[in-house]
Amino acid sequence: MALLEVENLQTHFRTPEGVNRAVEGVSFHVEEGETLAIVGESGCGKSVTSMSLMRLIPPSAGRIAGSIRFDGRDLLGLPEREMRSIRGNDISMIFQEPLTSLNPVLTIGYQIGETLRLHQGLSAAEARAKAIEMLTLVGISEPARRIACYPHELSGGMRQRVMIAIALACNPRLLIADEPTTALDVTIQAQILDLMRDLKQRVGAAIVLITHDLGVVAEMAERVMVMYAGRKVEEAPVAQLFKTPRHPYTRGLLGAIPRLGSSLTGRQERLAEIPGQVPSLKNRITGCVFAGRCSQADEICRTIAPGLETKAPGHFAACHQALREEAPS
Amino acid sequence: MLIYLLKRLLTTVPVMLLVGLFVFSLLFVVPGDPAAMIAGDQASIADIARIRASLGLDRPFPVQFWNWLWRLAHGDLGQSIFSDQPVTMLIGQRVGPTLSLMGMTMLVSVGLAVPMGVIAAWKAGSLIDRFLMALAVLGFSLPVFVVGYMLAYVFALNLDWLPVQGYVPMDDGLWPWLSRLILPSASLGCVYVALIARITRATMLEVLTQDYVRTARAKGLGSASILMIHALKNASVPIVTVIGLGIALLIGGTVVTESVFAIPGLGRLTIDAILHRDYPVIQGVVLLCSGTYVLINLLIDLCYNLLDPRIRY
Repeated sequence: MALLEVENLQTHFRTPEGVNRAVEGVSFHVEEGETLAIVGESGCGKSVTSMSLMRLIPPSAGRIAGSIRFDGRDLLGLPEREMRSIRGNDISMIFQEPLTSLNPVLTIGYQIGETLRLHQGLSAAEARAKAIEMLTLVGISEPARRIACYPHELSGGMRQRVMIAIALACNPRLLIADEPTTALDVTIQAQILDLMRDLKQRVGAAIVLITHDLGVVAEMAERVMVMYAGRKVEEAPVAQLFKTPRHPYTRGLLGAIPRLGSSLTGRQERLAEIPGQVPSLKNRITGCVFAGRCSQADEICRTIAPGLETKAPGHFAACHQALREEAPS
Repeated sequence: MLIYLLKRLLTTVPVMLLVGLFVFSLLFVVPGDPAAMIAGDQASIADIARIRASLGLDRPFPVQFWNWLWRLAHGDLGQSIFSDQPVTMLIGQRVGPTLSLMGMTMLVSVGLAVPMGVIAAWKAGSLIDRFLMALAVLGFSLPVFVVGYMLAYVFALNLDWLPVQGYVPMDDGLWPWLSRLILPSASLGCVYVALIARITRATMLEVLTQDYVRTARAKGLGSASILMIHALKNASVPIVTVIGLGIALLIGGTVVTESVFAIPGLGRLTIDAILHRDYPVIQGVVLLCSGTYVLINLLIDLCYNLLDPRIRY
């Protein structure tokens, strides 16, 4: 049994213009200690998926359906009280923007210690000691002094380290990282990624990494799931996805990565872009969600929605046109 | 911090001087001659001139102002024209009831309004929210004297639970003092509660959409800790501002409230002084109010410092 099993997840928001089907029937699983990357462009439902896993979508705003089994327990069926004892404890989260995600009027020591006091029943003094230990772990110098700092007194990279310290304080089994490096400078990004990889090995937590940066995916993930318009369109082990992407959308994403030095080699190619726009999620979509932007789309694509098919061992794609694994030639 | 405090105290000096100038000019701007008032209807022109000279009213304005300031600096606000008693003494007698009334009103109002606003924001859009906000609108719309008479009618005259009016100092017992303050504070506090509750709700609503509130929820915190620790502290700066600014509202409100409930406070003193054109008393009261207000503003600024670590002087 996998650590996390998500089946047919649907997250719909009520809006004045109609129901927004932000996540529509997504299934995936995460093994103990594994890193799964969820990629896609903004608005594809990857962040909503992560918020749904933690049940952080207020019931007044949206409805989550399907099943989310964590360690065999169905999270969607749990009372709010039990869900709270899982949040920040068994499953924790790192957010994109560390400045706004940390409370500006509380010291970082308080913010790290808070989860420890809540979930592990530590006293204030014990929580402080553990908070200093966590700051050391995430590579912040002079932790005993920094513990009294407020978020605005730290740099962006340090703030994200603090976020990681908060998330890992209670030794979670699953860490959800929602664009953890997007808001940071490139040099800091590399440091944070190194830190996350290092800590993952030490702590042994599984990671769901949400990103639109395929470079980050290549660095961090073992498996990748590609989302488009609230649906999962492809899933494969990371090496396989980069080598033989099956879905035209994934191929488009890979083609849109700028290559370092391409202007020096003389072959000045334009970056491949994916024409068109993501369809509105407020209307029912017939056929393939990507058909409107796909160069290979034909009549079948526009009328029948493709299901996820096994195209190679461990490699699934939802595309009528994608070929199954050819015989090795 | 200490240097900031000293600087701030220094900047209050020109403000207070300006207030002093304004208050003093009152004498010259309003119609009616204080010397003629003192002298009475029967006095001859010579009598009036003599009184004017004795009060120094015949000297040029800057000289008079300087003399007034000089006496002020020595704690002398002059004599009441009407009762011939020193103004400082008159004010001293009346400060107790007014301070009791304002203190009580603030304590109860803030204690009531902040939780109201927090609950309304937390349950935004629900029946509770609408009920609380309707209550706030009502508090805004009813004038102090209407609420005052209604409360006195129901709780004092009909139910006979509380005294109708009057004031007893705290030295005569806690309950007699408290019981006579409940109804006045309630009627004076209505507007204040409404104001603070609305601001609290609005600020909390904004704070609750912030990323750090989502982080707090992702940590597994319950609603109470999220609201009281993570949200309210962030919302506190605007709330404290309104609490402070609202004190001006209270100063005005006490005048009416003291009349309705026959409390011998500064408000009554002011009204009597205005009716008698008792300028020294008017000056004294206005000066006291302005001074209090300047001091409260200073306190608010110092509060910011405590509440938000990003504000440092």
